[in-house]
Amino acid sequence: MVRDERVALSVNDLTVSYHSQPVLWDINIDIPSGVMAGIVGPNGAGKSTLIKSLLGLVPSLSGEAFIDGKSYKSQRKRVGYVPQRSSVDWDFPTTALDVVTMGLYGRLGWFKRPGRKEREESLEALDMVGMRALADRQISQLSGGQQQRVFLARALVQKADVYFLDEPMAGVDATTERAIIDILRRLRDEGKTLIVVHHDLQTVRRYFDWLLLLNVSVVAMGNVDDVFTADNLRKAYGGQIALLDDSNSLMFAASKRDN
Amino acid sequence: MQWLSILHDYTFQNVVIGAALLGLISGPLGSFAVLRRQSLLGDAISHAALPGVCLGFIIAGSREMGSIIVGAMVTGALAALLMLVLTRMSRLKTDASIGICLSIFFAIGLVLLTYIQGSNNASQGGLESFLFGQAAATLRSDLWLMGGITLFSLTLLGALWKQAKLVTFDPEFAHTVGLPVSLIEVLLTTMVTLAVVVGLQMVGVVLMAAMIVAPAVAARQWSRHLGAMVFIAAGVGVVSGVSGASISALSRGLATGPLIILSASIIVLISLAIAPQRGLLWGLLQHLRQVSQLRRRQILYTLYKTQSTRDQEVHNLPFRLNFSAAIALWQLRRKGFLVSQKTPCLPMSAGNRWLLTSLGVREAQSVMAELNGKTT
Ligand SMILES: Nc1ncnc2c1ncn2[C@@H]1O[C@H](COP(=O)(O)OP(=O)(O)OP(=O)(O)O)[C@@H](O)[C@H]1O
Ligand SMILES: [Mg+2]
Repeated sequence: MVRDERVALSVNDLTVSYHSQPVLWDINIDIPSGVMAGIVGPNGAGKSTLIKSLLGLVPSLSGEAFIDGKSYKSQRKRVGYVPQRSSVDWDFPTTALDVVTMGLYGRLGWFKRPGRKEREESLEALDMVGMRALADRQISQLSGGQQQRVFLARALVQKADVYFLDEPMAGVDATTERAIIDILRRLRDEGKTLIVVHHDLQTVRRYFDWLLLLNVSVVAMGNVDDVFTADNLRKAYGGQIALLDDSNSLMFAASKRDN
Repeated sequence: MQWLSILHDYTFQNVVIGAALLGLISGPLGSFAVLRRQSLLGDAISHAALPGVCLGFIIAGSREMGSIIVGAMVTGALAALLMLVLTRMSRLKTDASIGICLSIFFAIGLVLLTYIQGSNNASQGGLESFLFGQAAATLRSDLWLMGGITLFSLTLLGALWKQAKLVTFDPEFAHTVGLPVSLIEVLLTTMVTLAVVVGLQMVGVVLMAAMIVAPAVAARQWSRHLGAMVFIAAGVGVVSGVSGASISALSRGLATGPLIILSASIIVLISLAIAPQRGLLWGLLQHLRQVSQLRRRQILYTLYKTQSTRDQEVHNLPFRLNFSAAIALWQLRRKGFLVSQKTPCLPMSAGNRWLLTSLGVREAQSVMAELNGKTT
């Protein structure tokens, strides 16, 4: 695995609150370049909020985010985003291809319309996620997994260096999960940084090189092998997670790593 | 010929052109409002135009269209912005803040209206016509104003098409690619005000909301793309405007505004019923078709099973013969998959006996193959 020593994402002193209730507290993160980084934590831990505040979608009380050492605002074009599938109304009158093309709007500038070149690019991205045949399908007629792939394709055309993905594997079947993870790995191997909110503890070791355990504040972060321990998980999940008390499940998770 | 003489009638021409312009602007802008789940917004903005109409009248001192339009635009936009702020800054849900704005502004408007009526101003006559519209009072000069506003809004929408689409579909993503989301949202919202002022004279503030929502809802039923939806909505708007105006002219005395709204509503009802894919009737037909296909397959399957296991050629149907099964049998026989034989040696209740033809056997086998393919 190529991993250079640069820091792809660095966050200083981030604090976010909704209506005086702190949701993220004093977050400091450095994620190295070229890794597949997982963000894991219980429901309501602030995982989605973390991503949204880094992208400027949710106002923060304090804190800054840097992409490659430069402020996020100046690096916006180098950042791709795959939101949670449920964040949009899929009954919108449009096709899969059109949604993917939306990933290019930032690059097109104010008045240029997407043309043949943009269409080709979008079709290519749909091809990568195995959805080319459904390019002209209404998005309301796509299955959940197919919608997720469309969102992924929309991020792919952004040709970003750092990607934020919010639960891209939520509610998809094993085949789609496999396909998505393959694409993410390919991106990582091209040197891109992927920051993925994930909820399935069984697959954490297999999928990620780097891990952030989050519960309002940072519980632990670093290389996945150092961070993904029963101790840390208990700290992040509190008493909610009985499964981790028998060390078998961790062993089980660990033994699957090699395939 | 009453028809032809009407076409040359000056007032009628004005009304038809005005109604068409109203449809042309409210369809496209309404499409965005509906897709952004702000259908009620049009309602609030149009009611909020009333205090502006009154203020315009008070300031200008007469029933002059220019100042009335400016007044309506100002209070309408104010209400729209107040709603955006309320939903953003407080915990109020959109519907609650829309309800609040609507009633406050409309109440102020009614108070101002009664104030003007009480002030005995000789020229106050007909200000309450803005409540329900008074199409016949439309002047040529009003048309120029309405046309200008329509042209301006549609041009702006066309220029910002890409941005408006993305902000409507996925505002968060739009923000991450660097679009000024708030600005575009404010634009889309306040542009509804422009549609409202075009409709002031035609349908009035009370019914204007329907003109924003109805063409868009009808258009959504028939469209697969945003572009198509906006075009169809404009078309539906124009058709309802023109037909409402024509019915009103032909029937001397019936109010134009409500007729326009009724025409639009009829188009909505028809669209909800019969539009392909999304219409209720279409869904029902689809369901019946699926049921009957399932029935046919079930019959083929059952006959095939019994035929091959019992090694007999002729059987009673092993299931109850109800209506849908009877239809399915008839269809299968017409396709040549089945033949029926009367068997006199059995009691009448056993009915016909059915036999799969060789064509039927092959069909049954392919049905089975497909079923097996799906389950494994
Ligand atoms: N728009 C909002 N307004 C108020 N509170 C919110 C809002 N969005 C999230 N919260 C609160 O912020 C906290 C963190 O939410 P967030 O969605 O970031 O959690 P998460 O880690 O993504 O959870 P999940 O695993 O369920 O997706 C929760 O307590 C939630 O109730
Ligand atoms: Mg979340």
